Amino acid sequence: MQLADLYRDVILDHNRVPRNFGAVEAPSARVEGFNPLCGDHLVLTLKLEGERIADIRFEGQGCAISTASASLMTEAVKGKSRAEATDIFERMHKLLTDDTADADDAALGKLAALSGVREFPARVKCASLCWHTLASALAVKDVQGHPAVTTE
Amino acid sequence: MNSAATQPLVLPFDVMRVRQDFPILAREVHRQPLAYLDNGASAQRPLAVIAAVDDYERHHHANIHRGVHTLSQEATALYEGARDRVMRHINARSRNEVLFVRGTTEAINLVAQSYARPLLKAGDEILITHLEHHANIVPWQMVCEQTGAKLVVAPMDVHGEVHAEAVEALMGPRTRLLACAHVSNALGTVLPVRRLLASARARGIVSLVDGAQAIPHMDVDMQSLACDFYVFSGHKVYAPTGIGVLYGREALLERMPPWQGGGDMILTVSFERTTYNALPYKFEAGTPNISGAIGLGAALAYLGTIDLAAAHAHEHALLLHATKVLSQIEGLRIVGTAREKASLVSFAVDAVHAHDLGTILDQDGIAIRTGHHCAMPVMDFFKLPATARASFVFYNTYEEIDRLGASVRRARAMFR
Ligand SMILES: Cc1ncc(COP(=O)(O)O)c(C=O)c1O
Repeated sequence: MQLADLYRDVILDHNRVPRNFGAVEAPSARVEGFNPLCGDHLVLTLKLEGERIADIRFEGQGCAISTASASLMTEAVKGKSRAEATDIFERMHKLLTDDTADADDAALGKLAALSGVREFPARVKCASLCWHTLASALAVKDVQGHPAVTTE
Repeated sequence: MNSAATQPLVLPFDVMRVRQDFPILAREVHRQPLAYLDNGASAQRPLAVIAAVDDYERHHHANIHRGVHTLSQEATALYEGARDRVMRHINARSRNEVLFVRGTTEAINLVAQSYARPLLKAGDEILITHLEHHANIVPWQMVCEQTGAKLVVAPMDVHGEVHAEAVEALMGPRTRLLACAHVSNALGTVLPVRRLLASARARGIVSLVDGAQAIPHMDVDMQSLACDFYVFSGHKVYAPTGIGVLYGREALLERMPPWQGGGDMILTVSFERTTYNALPYKFEAGTPNISGAIGLGAALAYLGTIDLAAAHAHEHALLLHATKVLSQIEGLRIVGTAREKASLVSFAVDAVHAHDLGTILDQDGIAIRTGHHCAMPVMDFFKLPATARASFVFYNTYEEIDRLGASVRRARAMFR
């Protein structure tokens, strides 16, 4: 277990300069994610055009792992169909929680940089918060009345 | 004038000897010697505690207060002996004033439900301060909801200090209860409790002091403090988890109805009527945490074997050293700069989130607490989502604090 496995350059970079930071105007979905244990708070907004995620942004407060994970996620799913995004979510979920999952899943591209997290069980929730928020955002059809997501 | 004669004599404290008493301090974490700087969350146990619990489990265990057989009598004597030890440690007037509970949280809930709830009317006020632990906020909010009473919050300043005048200004005709920390777990601030308690008493306001963070660092004396309830957890004074103390003034405890019903807290039960047992048993329904109480007694007995004045002086020296080491780090901000602090430093580092810091320090064998410290209103006040907190007790060393400083610098370099 090495710190360098957790804080890879890609992660440090996305923490320093998060991509797609902010809020999408007139979103099709807006979902809040909250990790009550550490106070991480994330707001995800996205715009769907038909089945396609035309735009997606996040804002909030979190550690480097949670920020980088959200930043990488928005890059990975922007422009993808709902089904493709769900597939990525499932692969990520496996990558973060299943020790036997292939750490170099080619379908995940840059996201595979997050595989080091599973060696640090206390931090898995930091990386997975945005993904659960996304899953919940994709499941909802309108902007109103959906429950906040927590990783507890 | 010979100043040496007027100063109390404090001999240098032998940290290395005392560390031998705490076996866990010898272990490694990630192939580094453990530097345990999370004592504010829970302190470690000395051998004396481990041995006392072990001896009880091996040789004396039985249920207490219910048997004429030898083991039950031995267990009862050990359990009640622990109560006497607590009574002496906090200088309570009587053993009837020392109730065993699960910890600080349970003690506050007991007072909220058994003392405050029957008493409070709509519009009455409970006065707390801004820096309380959630355990000293939520039980009062619950009782406010149940009775229509109002929670009033005394302010703190940018240093995390609570000024007595500011609290006194909020003591009004409807204030029924003052509940405040003795020492803040998130900031280290020592509150002016002596004065606050005297002011409360002078106005007929009943008081509760959350002593969870004070009990390991200072002498607390129930007869010199004018307080009605004082609560603390065993695990922060070197005892096992799951045991704590509610000190209550006898006259108040006498008047309070029991909190929970069951065995041990009764004198007679029939289906028509139950008469309650005397203090302290009235508040100890069911089989208690016998081994925990014995462990707590042993922990306080252990403190009696070391030079506590020197230990506390060493803790203060550690606070000064940590404050110096950490404030030399660029981009580091100490959160909580009260003039009087217990041995605890909360801090935030530019561009490094507290959780990342916690993980990086852990790789270096250093255990600190990161997060909101169950004091979200404090975090909101300082506009921080979380802080890192290093908290020290007498078995910590200057060298551990130097390692903390080096590790924080390393983390900062990583994130630059
Ligand atoms: C000031 C303060 N109050 C209350 C508590 C709660 O103590 P426990 O969890 O042992 O009940 C703590 C412990 O973190 C504390 O530091």
